[in-house]
Amino acid sequence: MTPLAAGTTAPAFTLPSTPDQTVALKEFRGRNVILAFYPADWSPVCSDQLALYNELLDEFARFNAQLLAISVDGVWSHAALARERRYHFPLLADFEPKGEVARAYGVYDAEHGIAGRALFVIDGEGVIRWSYLSPMGVNPGAAGIVNALEALPANNIQKTIDAPAADAREA
Amino acid sequence: MLREEAALAVPVSAHDHVQGNDHAVVTLVEYGDFQCPACAMAYPLVKQLQHRYAGNLRFVFRHFPLGQAHPYAQMAAELAEAAAVEGQFWPMHDWLYENQDAWVATGAAGLEAGARALGLDAQALAATLRNPDIASHVRRDFMGGVRSGVNGTPGFYVNGYLYQGDFDGLAHALGRVIARQQ
Repeated sequence: MTPLAAGTTAPAFTLPSTPDQTVALKEFRGRNVILAFYPADWSPVCSDQLALYNELLDEFARFNAQLLAISVDGVWSHAALARERRYHFPLLADFEPKGEVARAYGVYDAEHGIAGRALFVIDGEGVIRWSYLSPMGVNPGAAGIVNALEALPANNIQKTIDAPAADAREA
Repeated sequence: MLREEAALAVPVSAHDHVQGNDHAVVTLVEYGDFQCPACAMAYPLVKQLQHRYAGNLRFVFRHFPLGQAHPYAQMAAELAEAAAVEGQFWPMHDWLYENQDAWVATGAAGLEAGARALGLDAQALAATLRNPDIASHVRRDFMGGVRSGVNGTPGFYVNGYLYQGDFDGLAHALGRVIARQQ
């Protein structure tokens, strides 16, 4: 697995987030996106990577960043997990064709049929600014994400203040 | 295994809750959550390590409440900080872990039992808890942990590096550092 590197345009995707809703990367133009690929729903809580990120949503929002988590699990598993763990961010189902988005980002573990534990920070222009692949059994924490968000050029933060104007242009 | 890429971002200072000798050869920093079952399991084991390594080990506790997973963790952390104002941080820390099953079952009422057990004045405690410094201490610990690469609770740092592995391995890691530096 070789994750797409900083400077690469983030591959577009549209994935189901619930049984009747989808999320597309392009909806987040003008905002930063944290993509967190993870191997599977239902890992133990105390060491759970997503539980940690769930505590940091306000911190991410300060950087105008939206967290999107992606695994190959289906929408019903995601829905149950999000409810039980009180996750307040979308869990996207890279379920059919299985792992297609993970493959596009270079982080699909074909041997085990799961996404690798990979992180991407994508800027408001849709360009990958930071990527990291953690060893499968190692929870990478959030230090890398916070550092990457801080390193984004200030003009990117500025754009967030002008976001309504950007939306108007797109409309 | 110590992870060199996950280094303690905030050095131990006078702001911390510290047990043991300032000149100890090993400093063990725990990022913990009072409602976390794994932290409660680690609690007596840390006590054993403190007993075994005595003057060679300094122990520091920092807050890392995972409030969405553990709805009373933040409240418990703030209670411990309020107790600290009365010089009772460690007794409260110990009480919260020793009685975790009991107080978690009844939430805020359970935490009040902790304050009573320590003989803290309820009115003074309530006033202290309204002081924004209490919550901001907890938040500062938490964000310092995030920047240090804490990835779950309990998160243990041995002389500034995140330890990844089981508890026996942690005891051995401490023993090795002590043996090397004597």
